[in-house]
Amino acid sequence: MESAILKTENLSAYYGNNRVVKSVTLPFYERKITVVMGPSGCGKSTFIRCLNRMHELVPGARVEGRVYLRNEDVYAMDPTIVRRKIGMVFQKPNPFPTMSIYDNVIAGYKLTGIKLKKSEADRIVETSLRQAALWDEVKDFLHKRGTFLSGGQQQRLCIARALAMEPEVLLLDEPTSALDPVATARIEELMEELSKTVTIVLVTHNIAQASRISHYTAFFYMGELVEFGPTERVFTVPRDRRTEEYLVGKFG
Amino acid sequence: MGRKSPFKITLLLAAAGVTVVALATMLSLLWGSTPALKAFGWKFFFQKEWNPAMDRFGALPFLIGTLLTSFLALLLSLPLSLSISLLLGEYLKGGKLSSFIRSMVDLIAAVPSVIYGFWGLEVLVPAVREMEMKMDIVPYGVGIFTASLILSVMIIPNTASLAREVIQLVPRDLKEAAYSLGATRYEVIKKVVVPYARSGIIAGILLSLGRALGETMAVTMVIGNSSEIPKSLFSPANTMASVIANEFTEATGDLYYSSLIAVGLLLFVITTLFGILGRYVIKKTSIEGGK
Repeated sequence: MESAILKTENLSAYYGNNRVVKSVTLPFYERKITVVMGPSGCGKSTFIRCLNRMHELVPGARVEGRVYLRNEDVYAMDPTIVRRKIGMVFQKPNPFPTMSIYDNVIAGYKLTGIKLKKSEADRIVETSLRQAALWDEVKDFLHKRGTFLSGGQQQRLCIARALAMEPEVLLLDEPTSALDPVATARIEELMEELSKTVTIVLVTHNIAQASRISHYTAFFYMGELVEFGPTERVFTVPRDRRTEEYLVGKFG
Repeated sequence: MGRKSPFKITLLLAAAGVTVVALATMLSLLWGSTPALKAFGWKFFFQKEWNPAMDRFGALPFLIGTLLTSFLALLLSLPLSLSISLLLGEYLKGGKLSSFIRSMVDLIAAVPSVIYGFWGLEVLVPAVREMEMKMDIVPYGVGIFTASLILSVMIIPNTASLAREVIQLVPRDLKEAAYSLGATRYEVIKKVVVPYARSGIIAGILLSLGRALGETMAVTMVIGNSSEIPKSLFSPANTMASVIANEFTEATGDLYYSSLIAVGLLLFVITTLFGILGRYVIKKTSIEGGK
């Protein structure tokens, strides 16, 4: 078996008394794409928000169990460091409208007060935008605000912004659900390319997307992890009846 | 569209009526101040002598008095009103304590200004006088500083409530984006929330400024009513509004009367100018309007 860079042990998440993630134990293998899949409301978004400690920002939210990043207890670390090592891309593209494209890419540094030399900042901006396959489209107006970009371009800008922090893991929470098919295809291509250098956790309810690009699939239902395994195996010989019914479209 | 229903005509009449009132105000101010402007020319607005006994009038002392009290009040109240708006907009979003603080802030706006003036006379003036004695300057008690103090309390709600509203409107996904990059709560507020809410905060400040420029009663009661150009922040002075309120009933000569109306015209123009400037700044700093 490959090595897990990130793993959860009996992870449960609550909103008040409402338990929305139920005792999930799951590994994420290094430089692989793991898909967290399931119908709406199955707790998959909440689950990945526990991985980078975003869940606890919601008032009344609570977590039980353990998350380990390279065998280090994530909940014993400084949350701002956790979030820098585990980057995140959201459902709706959310570049900062008050910042230029350039500043958006290095927003992580600007926000946290890390001073970069001009040459260093230039390098990070170019590398990150190239990694996010956006460089050629925006290189001529880096100092304009990013609000005029298309939805797909904005989402790739957000990916560049996350990559600029050189995270070990990248969480993507339904990153293509607000995009058209062409933009979706570009992001999928991009994720496959990125998985050569960074571990990717992708939340989706799009079965076809999961089968196209992921190496591992975790199927969630009603807050429980129903099934986990290599994508090929899960999609061809699902072990649980619920997984099978979801895959053939009986619900969700 | 073309059909004139009675309802639409009623709406049009209401709009026309308001327009007429606004224009008529402007015109009658101009009309009323003509004698003074004829006698002194445009220099009236920059002349520093205001001497009813000699029939010599100039508005400069009041222009200075108004701008000084208003901006000093703004400076004093800004840290308070911004803190309140951040607390209510970002930290204490719901709950009993939040709504209690909110209604207390609204209450500040609801207190009639003559009550503030009274409180100023009874409490603030003696306190400032004491302070002035310790500082070894002439202990008037009344003056620019005292008026600014009162104003600074009165204008808190304007900035605070508007700024709170725009701070609450900052999209959650932007704040989450900042958190996900490793920002602390303070960094999120400083670099995401405040820049995003900037135009609304400026709008609130300008609203406060408008209130401060025109505030009459409370200021008149504690400013000391001196028509000389203030020598320091502790000097007695007059604002445009306070000189009108104070001297209108005793303005005997035609020129005196007309000069007071001309001061009113100046106040009107300045308030309007700040209003226009405000709109321009808001447009420039708003997210959609920027380049």
